[in-house]
Amino acid sequence: MTETIVVTSGKGGVGKTTTSASLATGLAAQGKKVAVIDFDVGLRNLDLIMGCERRVVYDFVNVIHQEATLKQALIRDKRHENLFVLAASQTRDKDALTQEGVQRVLEELGKEGFDYIVCDSPAGIEKGASLAMYFADRALVVVNPEVSSVRDSDRILGLLASKTRKGESGQGGVPAHLLLTRYNPVRVESGQMLGIKDVEEVLGLPVIGVIPEHESVLMASNQGVPVILDEGSLAGQAYVDAIARLLGESRPMRFIDAPKKGLFKRMFGS
Amino acid sequence: MGILDFLKSRPKNTATIAKERLRIIVAQERSSRNTPDYLPMLRTELLAVIRKYVHVDLDAINIQVERDGEHEVLELSVALPEHKTDTTA
Repeated sequence: MTETIVVTSGKGGVGKTTTSASLATGLAAQGKKVAVIDFDVGLRNLDLIMGCERRVVYDFVNVIHQEATLKQALIRDKRHENLFVLAASQTRDKDALTQEGVQRVLEELGKEGFDYIVCDSPAGIEKGASLAMYFADRALVVVNPEVSSVRDSDRILGLLASKTRKGESGQGGVPAHLLLTRYNPVRVESGQMLGIKDVEEVLGLPVIGVIPEHESVLMASNQGVPVILDEGSLAGQAYVDAIARLLGESRPMRFIDAPKKGLFKRMFGS
Repeated sequence: MGILDFLKSRPKNTATIAKERLRIIVAQERSSRNTPDYLPMLRTELLAVIRKYVHVDLDAINIQVERDGEHEVLELSVALPEHKTDTTA
């Protein structure tokens, strides 16, 4: 059975592509056969985050329009031989994607024996985003502890429930998980940032993982190595935990508390 | 941060404000999520008709579609300015 997971958010810049890259890599590291597809036609970036930008010959749109075969367009990851990237087209616009075309590619990946297909959604609620979520079995909604991101996530949760195959066929929509990214425990503790409970209460869903705001995320993207592979990184470890939970394991949340300050530090300096 | 700052009042808890604002807007948007697309238009047009006769505020009209078993009920309430009584049609 192939499971299709969409990584979506509504708002841009919250960490969808970072999450897609780490999710796909994390699943592949567990021996699963994984394809990760960039649905952001015209603004592709997954290739950069995965570090395969110079190896893109054919893309998702080429496969949809039958200008290339799926095999030609899938880029094998340098680090995991069971992980493949399907890049978005950089020259076309979002209308180049069709529902039938997307369905055909997903079915073909299923026949090729893929365990997981990760769909990296573009921001917004236009065609690319709606097609990325349409055929999903599950959704990972990436949300930042910030008002506009939380509101947009709620909008996306509404679309996952109705404007998807699972929504339209009366299966109650695509089951969704919240992934809280760019979390800063110090700012949460001082009342400057929404906390985990706040986001859970507003959106009415439990958070499956909390990725702390950390310099390692930028360092990873600079180098084209998914942050989950940086074993010393808090963000990377948080992704490992989140994926384990996604696969049904129960793990305590880490990196969600501000470091304790001693009395001396609290009184005389930070 | 030194001892003086520590003794000063703590910064305002803006996260609480954010949460309250979100709670309200999300609840409002959820309630209008599964309503027909024509509702906002209907609301505007009704408002224009009512305003020919009575001067009401822009937010004086409340339209809701409620599901009652197999039926859908379009509920419309208009708050009139002076009497403060709701007319339900």
